[in-house]
Amino acid sequence: MDKSITLPPDEIFRNLENAKRFAIDIGGSLTKLAYYSTVQHKVAKVRSFDHTGKETEDEPLYEISVQEEITARLHFIKFENAYIETCLDFVKDHLVNTETKVIKATGGGAHKFKDLLEKKLKLKVDKEDEMSCLIKGCNFVLKNIPHEAFVYVKHAEPEFRFQTTHPDIFPYLLINIGSGVSIVKVESEDKFERIGGSSIGGGTFWGLGALLTKTKRFDELLQLASRGQHTSVDMLVKDIYGGAYGSLGLTGDLIASSFGKSATADKEFSKEDMAKSLLHMISNDIGQLACLYAKLHNLSRVYFGGFFIRGHPVTMHTITYSINFFTKGEVQALFLRHEGYLGAIGAFLKGAEEDNPNQYSWGENYAGSSGLMSVSPDMFPMQRTRSGTFDMLEMDRLERQLVNLPLLLDSSSYIPDTMDLTEDAMAREYWLSCFEEALDGVVKRAVASQPDLQDARERAEKFRLKYRHKLQTLRHQPCAYGSLTVRSLLDTREHCLNEFNFPDPYSQIKQRENDLALRYFQKVVRSVEMLNWEDRQFALVKGLLAGNMFDWGAKAVSDVLETDPAFGFDEAKRQLQERPWLVDSYSKWIERLKGPPHKCALFFVDNSGIDIILGVFPLVRELLCRGTEVVLASNSGPALNDVTYNELQILTERIAAMDSVIHSGITKERLILVQSGSSSPCLDLSRLDKGLATLVRERHTDLVVIEGMGRAIHTNYYAVLRCESLKLAVIKNSWLAERLGGKIYSVVFKYEQPSK
Amino acid sequence: MPQGTKLEMKAFPWFGMDIGGTLVKLVYFEPKDITAEEEQEEVENLKSIRKYLTSNVAYGSTGIRDVHLELKDLTLCGRKGNLHFIRFPTQDMPAFIHMSRDKHFSSLQTTLCATGGGAYKFEPDFREMADLQLLKLDELDCLIKGVLYIDSVKFNGHSECYYFENPTDPVQCQKKPYNLENPYPLLLVNIGSGVSILAVYSKDNYKRVTGTSLGGGTFLGLCCLLTGCSTFEEALEMATRGESTTVDKLVRDIYGGDYERFGLPGWAVASSFGNMMCKEKRESICKEDLARATLVTITNNIGSITRMCALNENIDRVVFVGNFLRINTLSMKLLAYAMDYWSKGQLKALFLEHEGYFGSVGALLELLNPT
Repeated sequence: MDKSITLPPDEIFRNLENAKRFAIDIGGSLTKLAYYSTVQHKVAKVRSFDHTGKETEDEPLYEISVQEEITARLHFIKFENAYIETCLDFVKDHLVNTETKVIKATGGGAHKFKDLLEKKLKLKVDKEDEMSCLIKGCNFVLKNIPHEAFVYVKHAEPEFRFQTTHPDIFPYLLINIGSGVSIVKVESEDKFERIGGSSIGGGTFWGLGALLTKTKRFDELLQLASRGQHTSVDMLVKDIYGGAYGSLGLTGDLIASSFGKSATADKEFSKEDMAKSLLHMISNDIGQLACLYAKLHNLSRVYFGGFFIRGHPVTMHTITYSINFFTKGEVQALFLRHEGYLGAIGAFLKGAEEDNPNQYSWGENYAGSSGLMSVSPDMFPMQRTRSGTFDMLEMDRLERQLVNLPLLLDSSSYIPDTMDLTEDAMAREYWLSCFEEALDGVVKRAVASQPDLQDARERAEKFRLKYRHKLQTLRHQPCAYGSLTVRSLLDTREHCLNEFNFPDPYSQIKQRENDLALRYFQKVVRSVEMLNWEDRQFALVKGLLAGNMFDWGAKAVSDVLETDPAFGFDEAKRQLQERPWLVDSYSKWIERLKGPPHKCALFFVDNSGIDIILGVFPLVRELLCRGTEVVLASNSGPALNDVTYNELQILTERIAAMDSVIHSGITKERLILVQSGSSSPCLDLSRLDKGLATLVRERHTDLVVIEGMGRAIHTNYYAVLRCESLKLAVIKNSWLAERLGGKIYSVVFKYEQPSK
Repeated sequence: MPQGTKLEMKAFPWFGMDIGGTLVKLVYFEPKDITAEEEQEEVENLKSIRKYLTSNVAYGSTGIRDVHLELKDLTLCGRKGNLHFIRFPTQDMPAFIHMSRDKHFSSLQTTLCATGGGAYKFEPDFREMADLQLLKLDELDCLIKGVLYIDSVKFNGHSECYYFENPTDPVQCQKKPYNLENPYPLLLVNIGSGVSILAVYSKDNYKRVTGTSLGGGTFLGLCCLLTGCSTFEEALEMATRGESTTVDKLVRDIYGGDYERFGLPGWAVASSFGNMMCKEKRESICKEDLARATLVTITNNIGSITRMCALNENIDRVVFVGNFLRINTLSMKLLAYAMDYWSKGQLKALFLEHEGYFGSVGALLELLNPT
């Protein structure tokens, strides 16, 4: 085996200079190291100039600065035990923080490697109970990683069906298949109980398999099994009955007696067939016990983990099959994307209780995580080379705690994304290529955004490599980070840009466009005010839609904006599709407006510049005049040219200075700005800022407006709310427009009322 | 004997047959009250069958009569006689069918009642090769009928049902008779090649709760592969001499003692065959230990599935039957122990003397009292 580390270690054990709080989980063959670090990275800040003096035409609206900010990050690294010494040496050499005195350790190997750990790292080893670490880790990933759990369907496209996990994760059953099996019922963060177990587990497969086939390694046994035919070794129902046992509903192919045909001295059986039979025997047995326990404790969420599973498609399939058989499909076998890390995460959390990591929300960093990789050589031959490489998971601490939007009709069935690209190969191909083609432009934009920084070009190239590599990985392994969606592709790009210190490539563009649009605000308001009520309503909607054309995230539009500086608001209005729109419930909306005003509207806004200033604000003004309170929700952090919370604060201030309606709205707290908690061009209504959720409840919000392709088409198109909702966007992508049965610049105006 | 009764009475011979995956179980009722008149009328064929079966204890190289199980002076449908219990491997079924043809069974005025999967599988062979029409009966119906009947007639004056007193104490553990007069509800676990678990609520109200493919066939199949043996007796004999703790990884092997946090005793098996993950240990292991570990693994697994079913069905008495338990005190005591220990004394494991023959008894009863 090649024992050299195939990646430069500083790309694996990242950020060691700021690392503290180590934890390690040493299993039978894999070691998982966990640590906490603080990451210093650049963030774009905007600051309003002091406008108490006289206005100057040339001075920009606000000041943009790039500042250093420190955020918390969790690092988890998985590698084969063979590298443990090399890795510990590396960690020791780069460890600066001297406050660290202790390393939390768990796993079967923690005992064996205790001396080595203490000697190499000069840290005291503090052992933690394996099971409680496992459960703690499991709770953590289920709560913080939306696409953590999946159902495995062999031969399906895709084979992984991700489940949207929600904050309410309890109770559940965890079946940990290590050398034996432990069955644990988890009722809350601190309450769990081992309700049962079995001695027939991974150790039985390995031990008995090695005896039967003279094959030493676990992986090789699985390989043998995946090639074998169990029917030559097992006695099937049809071997006894000649067919099915119809009255009991037992089909002929059902195994009546495992190894029942090998009860003879004068026949040889192939290694493959015996391994397969053994695999079925053990998987079925575990599945059966799991079902009996699930039934006894009335639990329907059953997660499987342990080295027997660890991403092996062969065992995931046999376990799934068994669960389906024994529960007649009532219980689904669920697997976890970060199953291998649970122990390390749990041990880490135990050591970090004073930082109280559970009070924060965390997010998977797509840039620093390697994603789900199968270790099964047969399934994914390209990964054979990966043995001896390193697997990483990084999680960023989010500034705000994230919760469900209280207005979701059914949070447990809410799926943000409209299209699952893992299921739709054509759409996947299109979007992957689309993002690849846009990469040059993004790199260019990133470099241009930091004209004063010498290394911008170099970093931008690194960004290009990293993101292109991610796209390539996703081409081969669409399920690597959960369901592949336009949102995840966009978010991955943002994470990669941040990774190379391009916190806000569009900051100057946004500033320029905001500046420009502000100059037209009063003119637009005046022109709308002249109209009669009915015409005004239409003009406002049309203005909003035209404003939404200005989107640097859409390639078709950004090409126009790059080449034609004259492309303005009026031009955009002309380009818009005439009514009837592609999706058109405008008449219903007008009828509704003739009725009593809404109490409070929650408005998820999209782009900076013309969109927010000339599109959104006039409509907000109208709503305020009608007597509706307005909550404007904008991104907490930058994404493309979307307006951020900080920018919107400055813009609103400026608009308020020239518009009495907005001004009085602000002063009377009838117009409120909130941050969404997101830094994505898309919107996940199940992960929103807690403050926003509180406000929505307090103000009795009865209308939600979601604007733009990212938030209303790529995500939330099918989201069902318990109040009225308005989703509007201009389709600025001809492929997508065609898919929806329209042309580029088609309009979606989807107004819905909750069913009574 | 009045004419009428004679007509209603089924003609001899009275057989009940249960053709399982591994073994064929045959019960034969030998009338002992044959009158001189009957004796004269009895066709030669029938007589020779009776003589052949009752004067031998072994048939061919594989057929065996379990003489110790014979029920003497039984009254069945007004006739007195002895009930004989015979078994042979299912793989010799073709030879049995040939013999039926050669002995002209078809000339006898009888129906051959058969249950078990083989009743279905071999039906065409019986018909085509021996001109015999089988009456096929459901194996679980027969099983329950057989259990209830044998228990009611008692085993030559002794109790059919028994249990182990003090199952958790190897020294004090003793076989004791059990009165199964009010048997319901009852969990009936039939361990043949595979395992079926039935919840029985009354004479004719039962359901199959579940089953497992890890049964007697698995024990023998694995033992043959691991040790090169070829019979159940051999495998069992090795298991008796072996030691499973060298093969299995125990809780104490991992935790140094009890795993107190979860109430797991150090002696409990954490991973069956877990020590065999290690190459050195694989190379030094003996066949006896492997046989013992296989037996313990299969038996304990049946025990835990049974215990879960008992909890789910809310039943506290379990009767274990099936030929896996034949001459297998090791497994019976293990089951008795497991039921008692893991349920903290709530569950009782019961056993029956005629282990694997209840299906064939049920088939015979079906011949005499068709429902």
